[in-house]
Amino acid sequence: MNPDILRILPEIVLTLTGVLIMLLDAGMPPASSRRPLGWVGALGVTAALWTSLLQLSLPDGTAFYNTVQTDAFSVFFHVLICGIVIVALLLSLDALPANQHHRGEYFALIVFGAVGMCLMTSAVELLVVFIALEISSISTYILAGYRKNTAKSPEAAIKYFLLGSFATGFLLYGVALIFGATGTTQINEIAGRIPHPTPSLVLAAFALLMVGVLFKVSAAPFHVWTPDVYEGAPSPVVALMSTAPKAAAFALLIRLLYTSFPMLEPLWHPLMWAVAVLSMTVGNLAALRQENVKRMLAYSSIAHAGYLLAAFAGLGLSGIAAASFYTAAYAAMNVGIFAVVTVVSGYEERLPLIGDFRGLIYRAPVVGGLLLFFLTSLIGIPFTAGFFGKFYSFSSALQGGAVWLGLIGLLNSGLAAAYYLKLAVSVAQPPLAADAKLATPRAPIQVGVAVGAALAFSAAATLILGIAPSRVLRSAQAGAATFHRAESTPPGVAAPGKLTGQ
Amino acid sequence: MDNIILSLILIAPLAGALLVILVPDKGKLPAWVALATALVTFLLTLHLPTHFSPSAPGFQFVQDSSWIANPAIRYHVGVDGLSLWLVVLTGLLAPIGVLASWKTIQTRSKVYYALFLVQQTAMVGVFVSLDMMLYYGFWELSLVPMAILIAMYGRNLTENGGPKAAIRFFLYTFIPSAPLLVAILWLYAKTHSFQFEVLQAAIANGTFPAGALCWAALAFLIAFAVKVPVLGLHGWLSDLFSEAPIAMAMVAAGKLGLYSLIRFHVNLFPVQARQAAPWLIGLAAVGILYGALLALVQKDFWKLLAYGTMSSLSFCTLGIYGFTLAGLDGAVFQTINEGVIGAALFVLLGVLYDRFGTSQISLYGGLAKKTPALATLFVITGLALVGLPLFNGFIGEFLVLSSTFTGVSVGWGATATVGVILSAAYLLTLVQKVFYGPQSEMVSKAPVLDLNGLERLNLWPLAVLFLVLGVAPNFWLSGIESSVIITSKKVLGSSTNPIGIDPKHMLTLKLDASSAATGGQQ
Repeated sequence: MNPDILRILPEIVLTLTGVLIMLLDAGMPPASSRRPLGWVGALGVTAALWTSLLQLSLPDGTAFYNTVQTDAFSVFFHVLICGIVIVALLLSLDALPANQHHRGEYFALIVFGAVGMCLMTSAVELLVVFIALEISSISTYILAGYRKNTAKSPEAAIKYFLLGSFATGFLLYGVALIFGATGTTQINEIAGRIPHPTPSLVLAAFALLMVGVLFKVSAAPFHVWTPDVYEGAPSPVVALMSTAPKAAAFALLIRLLYTSFPMLEPLWHPLMWAVAVLSMTVGNLAALRQENVKRMLAYSSIAHAGYLLAAFAGLGLSGIAAASFYTAAYAAMNVGIFAVVTVVSGYEERLPLIGDFRGLIYRAPVVGGLLLFFLTSLIGIPFTAGFFGKFYSFSSALQGGAVWLGLIGLLNSGLAAAYYLKLAVSVAQPPLAADAKLATPRAPIQVGVAVGAALAFSAAATLILGIAPSRVLRSAQAGAATFHRAESTPPGVAAPGKLTGQ
Repeated sequence: MDNIILSLILIAPLAGALLVILVPDKGKLPAWVALATALVTFLLTLHLPTHFSPSAPGFQFVQDSSWIANPAIRYHVGVDGLSLWLVVLTGLLAPIGVLASWKTIQTRSKVYYALFLVQQTAMVGVFVSLDMMLYYGFWELSLVPMAILIAMYGRNLTENGGPKAAIRFFLYTFIPSAPLLVAILWLYAKTHSFQFEVLQAAIANGTFPAGALCWAALAFLIAFAVKVPVLGLHGWLSDLFSEAPIAMAMVAAGKLGLYSLIRFHVNLFPVQARQAAPWLIGLAAVGILYGALLALVQKDFWKLLAYGTMSSLSFCTLGIYGFTLAGLDGAVFQTINEGVIGAALFVLLGVLYDRFGTSQISLYGGLAKKTPALATLFVITGLALVGLPLFNGFIGEFLVLSSTFTGVSVGWGATATVGVILSAAYLLTLVQKVFYGPQSEMVSKAPVLDLNGLERLNLWPLAVLFLVLGVAPNFWLSGIESSVIITSKKVLGSSTNPIGIDPKHMLTLKLDASSAATGGQQ
C-alpha cells in the first residue's frame, strides 16, 4: 500500500462513510426511517477520529507531492472537527423530523463537509486548500437551506452561497497572484521565494487571501452574513457550521500567517489587532440588541472570533497554542448551547425569542441548567472552558505587548455578560401565568438518547476544558511546536507552545 | 485524616447533592437525604476544632497539590483561627437550613436540596481556599445556587418578587467580582502564583507598583463589601430577605464577605487597607445608626430584619477597620454571633410567616398567650442580638465598641453606641407589637399553633449556643486570636504610622471583657 495513503486516511474513511450513506439511502425503501444512517455516519466519523489519532505515530511529513502534511497541528484540528461532527450528527438524529425530505442526504452532506474541513487543516498546497474549502462550503450551503418550507432557510442558503462564493473567489484570486509573484502555491515554500523587499503583488495577494479566510471565520468587517444565515439554518446545522468550518479556517489562517507570510508580521500584527478589536466590539454591541436567540448567538460568535484573533497579537509563535485552545473551548461551549437551542426551539423553531425561553428551568431543569452552564462558559467565568480560552488568548496578547488589546478584550467580556445574562435571567424566571392557559399547551421538552449524548458530550468537554485544561493545552502546544521546527526561528523569539514567562 | 479532612468536608455535600438527584422524588426522601448529608458534614467540621492547636502558627489541615500547570492553579486548602469557627458555623447552619425548609419546600424538592448542598460546598470552599483562583471559583459558585434558589422558591410577595430579588442580588455581587478577577489576574501576571501566602509576601516586598496596587485593593474591597453589605452597597439586602427561602437568606449576608475582607483585603493589602480604613470606619458607624433607624420604622418584619442585620454587620466592619487587636477579635466573634442569631431570627420569623402568611407587623398582636414557647425563644434571641451580658452578642459588641472608643475615636464610638441602644429599641418594639398588647383580629381568629417538635429541635440548640458563646468566650477567642495576632502584627508592623494603640493594652481589655462575662455568671 502506498504509505502516502496513511496521511489522508481520515479523509478516506470519511469519504467512504459518506458514499456508504448515499448508497444505503438509495437502497432503503422510501418510507423507512433513515435514523440508522445517522448512526452509520456517527460511527464512520468516530473511526476517522481514531485514524487521525493514529497519524500521531507517523513522523511529521508531507504526502502526494507535498500537498498534504500531517503533524501534531493537523491532528489536533482533525480530532476537534471530528468531535464536533459526531455531536452534530447525534443532535440531528433526534432533531430532524421523521417526515424530513432527503433525510439520508442530510447525514451524507454533513460527513462530506467534514472531509473538506479535515482536508483544509492538513493541506499545504493552496489549490488543495481551495478544493477542501469548496467541499466544506458547498455542503454547508445546502445544509443551511434544509428547511425548505420556511421563508428564512432558503434565504439563508442563498445569502450564504452568494457571499461565500464571492469570498472564495477572493481567495482564489489571492492564490493566483501568489503564484504570479513566487511561482509556487506551496504554503511551505512561499516564504522562501518572496523577494526582499516585499513586492506589492505579494501584498495584494496576501490581502485577498485574508479576505477569503476572515470571511469564513466571520470576523468583522466580513461578518454581515452570519446572523441571517444562523437564524435561517436549522439549529443542528448551525451548531456544526458555527464551529467546525471556523476551526478549519482558523487552522488555515495559522498556517498562512506563520508559515507563508512570517516576514509580513509587522503588517499582519496590527491588522489582526484591528480585526480582533472590531470583531469583539461589533459582535458584542450588536448582540446586546437582539431578541432572537440564534441571532444573538450569531453575533456572540463574531465576538468570540475577535477574542481568538487577539491571540495572534502575541509575539512569535506563542499565539498558536492559545488560538488552537480557544478554538477547542469555543467549539465545546457553542455546540453545547446550540444543542440546547435545538432541544428547546425544536427543528421548526416555534420558540425563537429570548422571551420564549422564559421559565425553561422550571419546565426542564436539566436542559435549563445545562443552558445556564454553557452561558457561564461563554461569559468566561473561571473553571469553565471559556475562561481558560480567554485567559490564554489575552495573556498571549499581553505578552506580545498589546496591553490595550487585553484591556479592550476584558471590557468586551464584561459587556458580553449583559446579553448572556439576559438569556440566563429569562431561563430562570417562572413561566408566565398566561402560558398555562395557552390553547395548545407547549409540548414537553423531550430529550432523546442521541440528543442526550450530544448534550452530555459538549457539557463534559466544556467542564473538562475548564477544570483540567492542561492536557488539551499540551496537545495545542505540540501542534504549535511543529511550526517551530518548520520555521528557522530567529533568536529572541519566544519558545513555541509556551506562553512565555509562565 | 488531618490532611484530607477539608477535602472530605468539601466533597460530602456534593456527594449528597448527587444522591439527592438520584433518589426518587417520593415524599420526604430528598429532604431526609439532605438532612443526613448536612449532619454528616457538620460532624466532619467538628473534627477541626478538636484537632486544632491554637499555639501552632500558620494554616493547619493543609492540603496542597498541583492541579493546573498553566496558569499555576493549585488545590491548596487549609484553615487557621480565622476560618476555623466559620467552617464549623457553616456546618452547623446546614442541618438547621434543611429543617427550616422541611415544611415550606413541598414542590421540586430535589432541585432545592441539591442546590442547597452545592451551596454548602461553595461556602466552605470560600473559607478554606488558600489559592486565589480556587477561592474565586468557590466565591462565584456560592452566588449561583443562591440566585437560582431565590428565583425559583421566592415568596413572590410582589409580582415576580423572587426572580427580581435574585437578579438584583446576582448583579450586585457578580458585577464587582469581574474587577476582582482582573485584579487577581494582575497579581498573577507579576508573580506567576495564585498562592495566598506567596502573594502576601510579594505585596509586602514591594513587587508591585503602589498606584496600581491601590486599584487592585479597591477591586478586592468593593467585591467583598457588597457581600457584607457595607452601607451604600446594601441595595440587594432587603429584597432578598423578603423573598428568599429561609435557608438561603440566613447565609446570604455577613460571614462570606466579612471573612474575605479580613483575609484577602486586610491581610493581603495592609497598607491600602489602612488608607481605606477611615472611610470604612465612617461607613460602618453610620451604617450601624442608619440600619437601626430604618429598622425602627419598618412595617414589614423581613425588612426590619434586613436593616437590623445590616446594622449589626456594620459592627463587624467597624471592628475590622479599627485596626486594634480586640476590635478584630470582636469582629470575628461577632461574625459568628451574627450567623447564629440571624439564623435563629430567620427561623422564628419563618414560623410566624408560615402560621399567618403575612409579614405585616401591624396585623400581629398579643400572640404570647397563644404561643408561649415561640414568644420565649423570640425574646431570648432578641436579647442575644441586643447584646445583653451573658449572651454572645454582648462579647462581640463590647470588644468592638471599647476598642473603637480607645483605639479609633470617641466620636465614632459614641455613634456606634447609639446604634446599640436603637437596636434594643427596634427589637423590643417588634417583640412588644407581635407578642404582647391586645390580641389582633388575625391572631384571635387563628387556631393555637405553638412551636412543633421540629421547630423546637431547630431553635433550642441555637438558644443554648447563645449562652455558651456568651459565658465562655475565651474558648472560642483563643483560636481566633492566634491568627488575629499575626494579622495585627503584619498590619501594625508594615505601617510607618501606627494608629497608636498598644496591642498589649487591647489584649488586657479583652481579658477584662471575658472576665466580666464570667463574673456575671457567678
